Parts: sequence; C-alpha cells; structure tokens
Amino acid sequence: MSKKSFRQAINEALRQEMRRDPTVILMGEDVAGGRGGSAGTQDAWGGVLGVTKGLLEEFGDTRVLDTPITEASYIGAAAGAAVTGLRPVAELMFVDFVGCCLDQIMNQAAKFRYMFGGKARTPLVIRAMFGAGFNAAAQHSQALYPLFTHIPGLKVVIPSSPYEAKGLLISAIRDDDPVIFLENKVMYDEEEDVPDEPYAIPFGEANLTREGRDVTIVAFGRMVGLANQAADRLEKKGISCTVIDPRTTSPLDRDTILECVADTGRLVIVDESSPRCNMATDIAALVAEEAFDTLRAPIRRVVPPHTPVPFATVLETLYLPSVDRIEAAVTATMAHRVAEKV
Amino acid sequence: MQIARETLLRSYRAMRTIRMFEERLHVEFATGEIPGFVHLYCGEEASAVGVCANLTDNDTIASTHRGHGHCIAKGVGVAGMMAEIYGRSTGVCRGKGGSMHIADLACGMLGANGIVGGGPPLICGAALSHKTLRDGGVAVAFYGDGASNEGSTLESLNLASVWNLPAVFVVEDNGYGEATGASYACAGTQQARAAGFGMPYIECDGSDYFAVHQAAGEAIAHAREGKGPVMLHVHLQRWYGHFEGDAMTYRAADEVADARRDHDCLKLFRTRVTEAGLFEGSELDEVDAAVADEIEAAVVQAKDDPLPQSADLLADVYVRY
Ligand SMILES: Cc1ncc(C[n+]2csc(CCOP(=O)(O)OP(=O)(O)O)c2C)c(N)n1
Ligand SMILES: [Mg+2]
Repeated sequence: MSKKSFRQAINEALRQEMRRDPTVILMGEDVAGGRGGSAGTQDAWGGVLGVTKGLLEEFGDTRVLDTPITEASYIGAAAGAAVTGLRPVAELMFVDFVGCCLDQIMNQAAKFRYMFGGKARTPLVIRAMFGAGFNAAAQHSQALYPLFTHIPGLKVVIPSSPYEAKGLLISAIRDDDPVIFLENKVMYDEEEDVPDEPYAIPFGEANLTREGRDVTIVAFGRMVGLANQAADRLEKKGISCTVIDPRTTSPLDRDTILECVADTGRLVIVDESSPRCNMATDIAALVAEEAFDTLRAPIRRVVPPHTPVPFATVLETLYLPSVDRIEAAVTATMAHRVAEKV
Repeated sequence: MQIARETLLRSYRAMRTIRMFEERLHVEFATGEIPGFVHLYCGEEASAVGVCANLTDNDTIASTHRGHGHCIAKGVGVAGMMAEIYGRSTGVCRGKGGSMHIADLACGMLGANGIVGGGPPLICGAALSHKTLRDGGVAVAFYGDGASNEGSTLESLNLASVWNLPAVFVVEDNGYGEATGASYACAGTQQARAAGFGMPYIECDGSDYFAVHQAAGEAIAHAREGKGPVMLHVHLQRWYGHFEGDAMTYRAADEVADARRDHDCLKLFRTRVTEAGLFEGSELDEVDAAVADEIEAAVVQAKDDPLPQSADLLADVYVRY
C-alpha cells in the first residue's frame, strides 16, 4: 500500500495487466510519443497527460503502439484485434474525439456478440478522459458516458478515486466485452492509498461511500467526492446522507440504489453530463418505476444546464455541479412536505 | 509575379502581428493567467499570410487548434482575439470559445478547431456555397501533417474533386503531430495523395513569404476559375512546443535554434525587400513599433475587460428554442 495519484494508479493497472497477460497491448496517439522525431527519443510523452509513461520502456513498441491521428482506423483496429485474439487497451485521449470513430464503437465492437449469435468475444478497453473544469471548452470537456451507456453491448466505467481506478481498470482489461473506461481529467493528480498488488473491483456493484438515514445521493466519478463534501456539511446540520458510487453505468447496480432509496425516501442524483437523457434521468426513471411508494419527496437532479461547455472560468464554474448546489438540493428535498389531501 | 507595395506592407505587418501576438502569449501563459490550451503558430507566419494575401473577405478559410495566425491573416481583430483568449465578454466569441475556437464569420473565418481534421469537410461545404451562390469565392482548409491522415481529410479531398469544388487544401507540414514525427505517421507522400484524388499539387517553402504567395496565388486562381480543388503543401517549422508546457524532448537539441536562425520568415522578408530597395529598414521598424503598441494595448485591455455574466451561460445554444 502506498499513496498513488489517479494517474499512477491507472499506469500501475496497465503495467500489471501487461505483465500478467502478453496479449494485452496499448495503442493511441502519443501513448509513447517521439516516434519519427529528430531526437529519436522514445516515450517522449507517455500520453498527453503522462498516464502511460514508462510502459514503452518495459513492453517495447510491439505492445505500446503510437498511432497516427486517425481515430476511426485505430479504434476500429483495436476492435478487430480484440475479436481475433488480442486484448487491446486503446486510448482515445479526449472522449470528445469519439465523434471521429463512433461507428467502430457503436456499430462494430458493441454489436459483434449479439449480431453474430453469441459467437464473438471482444475484450476491448477504450480509455478516454472527460469532463469540464480545465477551461478546455466545448470540444474537449464533455462527459459523454450517457452516450455509451445508451448502446447495448458496451460496458461503461467511471472511477471516482485512484483506488477505484486501479481495481476497475484491471477488471476492464480482464473483461471479455468492450469496455469504455472514462477518467475525469481534473482528477489525475488526486492521491490516496492504493494497494501495490493487483486487485479487481467487479462491475455492477455500487460502492456506498457513506451511509445515512435521510437522503440518498447517487453520484458519478468526480461528483462522488463533491457529494461526500456536501454530506459532511449536511451532517453538521443534522442531515445524514447515503452516498452511492455506482462505479459502472452499464451494468448499473439497480438493487443497491433501490434499497437505499427505500431506506431514506429521498433521492438526489449528481451527474456532470448534459441533462437530457443522462444518468440522472435514467436513475430517476428507475426509481419512479420501481420505488414510487417509498419516495417522500420529488427526486432532485444536480446537473449542468443544456448547453455546450463554455470556456471562460466564470461560466464553466457555473456550468458544473458543485458542493453548494448538492447541499442546496439535499436541503430542498428535506424541506419538502407531502401536500395535505383535501 | 509582382506584388503591390501595399500588399507587401500589409503582409509584413500581419506576419509581425502574429509573431508578437504569439510571443506575448508565450510569456503571459507562463504567468498562469491564461486559461485552457494554447498552441502557438510562431515560425509558420508566412504560410497563413502568404495564402490569405490572395483572399478577400468574400473567401472562406477553416483553421485548426493552432489558429491564431490564420485568424490574424484573415483579418480578425487582435483586441477581440486577445480578449477571447483571456475569457472576457468582449472576446470575438464572448468568452465562450477561447483560443481553440476563435471564429469570425464576417471576415470569412470559419473557426479555429479543437478537432483535428474538423476543417476540411467544412471547407467542402463552404466551397459548395461559393459555387452554388456563384459569389466567386474560394474556400481554403488549413490543416497539419497530422490532420492529413484523418479520414475526414482524405474523404474531403475526394469529395472536393468529385464535386469539382473551388477549394484549396493547405497542408501545413511542420513535421510533427504533437510529439510524433510526420516521418513516422504519414505514409506515402502528400503529392501522391493529391494525385490519387486527381487534383493538382504545389509545394513551397513556408518560411519564404514570396514562395507561399506565388504558390497560393496559382492554387487559388485555379480554384476560382472553376477548375476544381488544389493541394498546397507548405513546409514549415514550429518554434514552440505542441502546446504551451511541452518540453519537446522528441526534437533534436538544435532543431528549433536552426529553424529560428535559417527559416525566420520575417528576417527573410526584410532582407529581400530592403535589398531590392522596396522598403527602407526604418519603414519596417515603424511597423514593428506600431504592432508592439497594438499587442500591448490588446493585452492591457483584455486583462481589464469584463468577464461574462451568468446569463451568458444559457445564451446562444440555439437561434430559437
Ligand atoms: C480528432 C482529434 N484527435 C486528436 C486530437 C489531439 N490533437 C490536438 S492537435 C494534435 C496534433 C495535430 O498535428 P498537426 O495536424 O500536424 O498540426 P500541428 O499541431 O502540427 O499544427 C492532436 C493529436 C484532436 N484535437 N482531435
Ligand atoms: Mg504538424
């Protein structure tokens, strides 16, 4: 056990799985970097934010492949390699670039198994960073996990901490289905204790980061940390919260969500993706359908507005869910009184 | 080809403006005051300016993540650009876009672009508008060696030929896409790609304004006359990192120093026009001083300009909703 950043935890998961299984390969734009440059330096970058640094040195360029800037071809190649015997981990850099290769994910990789009558296995992982908070503006800040969650055949993982990232990435690599693994780019330097040895966190099993009586908060990725901060503040005001980190949006741990809502009767969902047809609407529908009678207040969603992500800091700060907004939503749901019947 | 004195002076000023704009950003970025990603165009000025000197406001260009030079060359105001980069409400995009999304449709600037390979398809559309509306305009896509490999770019070359569009595809080849050399990432040659799509190909030295002006002039005339698209391959060197903060360990130690010494488009331009007796050095010095003042004023103003208001967050998602 030692303190590791989100970045190091991901790097370690990749390294350990590549050691364990020689069919695991890595590909993406500048996952090493330096090919064809005048200095002859290899591993110049190790990914744009240094997440894959050092892997070229250990595994060589037959397993760490720099690609041209051609997402459709290398993401497709990763899918093709996955269905024919390799376990590729392809890095898409910013998830926004999925616009350039969605066909290979949506119409190809996601559908092989079903379309081919159960004959195919596609052990593909696509890693990408997502999220606002970097002033990266509209084309580099989206939180597109609902898009992938919408597509049957894909599994979708959103780690909320370094510990979670390592265990979930190891599961993703060992999984026989295509997995989209989404890393919030604001979290790479966050640190916590992470075991040195490999461990796998199963998909579809939510993590309760705290348990309380009054309100259930479901949050994803970086929002889990914000939800816990809000819960700390609320605790001091006598409001006790359960915070659920579903870990994976597909599969989704419906049972845990429904059980917690049954206990608390109140639900707040924190989701940093665009508010229409996002995870918050999905979970709200689940609870409305399956747990209507346990609700003591309307479900509240803490989500961004239905706009692209703005550039300027003032606007981007307003755009994102915040601890304040989560606290306000919980307070509002607590204040709700069921109308008297006349 | 004779270039009018006035055009030369305007081009010199534009190149100097780009140089000083970018060098200033390099300094300001290091202070931490500028948010987001910034990709500098220093060293490549003659490409944008040599091409755009052949265009008017009626013509359209599409740019890239490394877009400041194209914007300035096409006539976007420096003050509005600087304010945009600082995220101010006075910015050309009201602080919504930032460095990577500067656009000014009024002067035919379809936008910088955060998506590599995003521009070429848009330029097919702009060329289609020019052709359909018979307005005499030409559409020009600037894109990098890295972007030249994107499917969207290659498909656009094909579409432009199939539709015989008044389009010019300017490959700005600075030898790198991020930290990866074009010698690794680009198979075959740009020339063979142009031939493969049935379009003429011209190449030139991008540190020589006169060479770019000449080559672009031919390419743009060809497109304007309705003879179809052309590929213009401009050989360039980038003087700073891929983005601000890149240590460039993938480049030989002296590569940038050599480029600055031997391929400085401003130095080469100055030598050429003063030796030809077209301008006195002092006339160019005056331009330099005026540009320095303009950049200083733009930075001071940008830092002082108002931030966007909370209501701006919801504005302009749609025309009507
Ligand atoms: C579709 C897409 N893929 C990857 C990126 C990340 N990226 C930004 S710039 C760049 C390199 C582009 O190289 P090139 O086209 O040669 O332009 P240059 O930076 O050299 O001007 C990359 C890979 C992106 N913005 N969009
Ligand atoms: Mg390049």
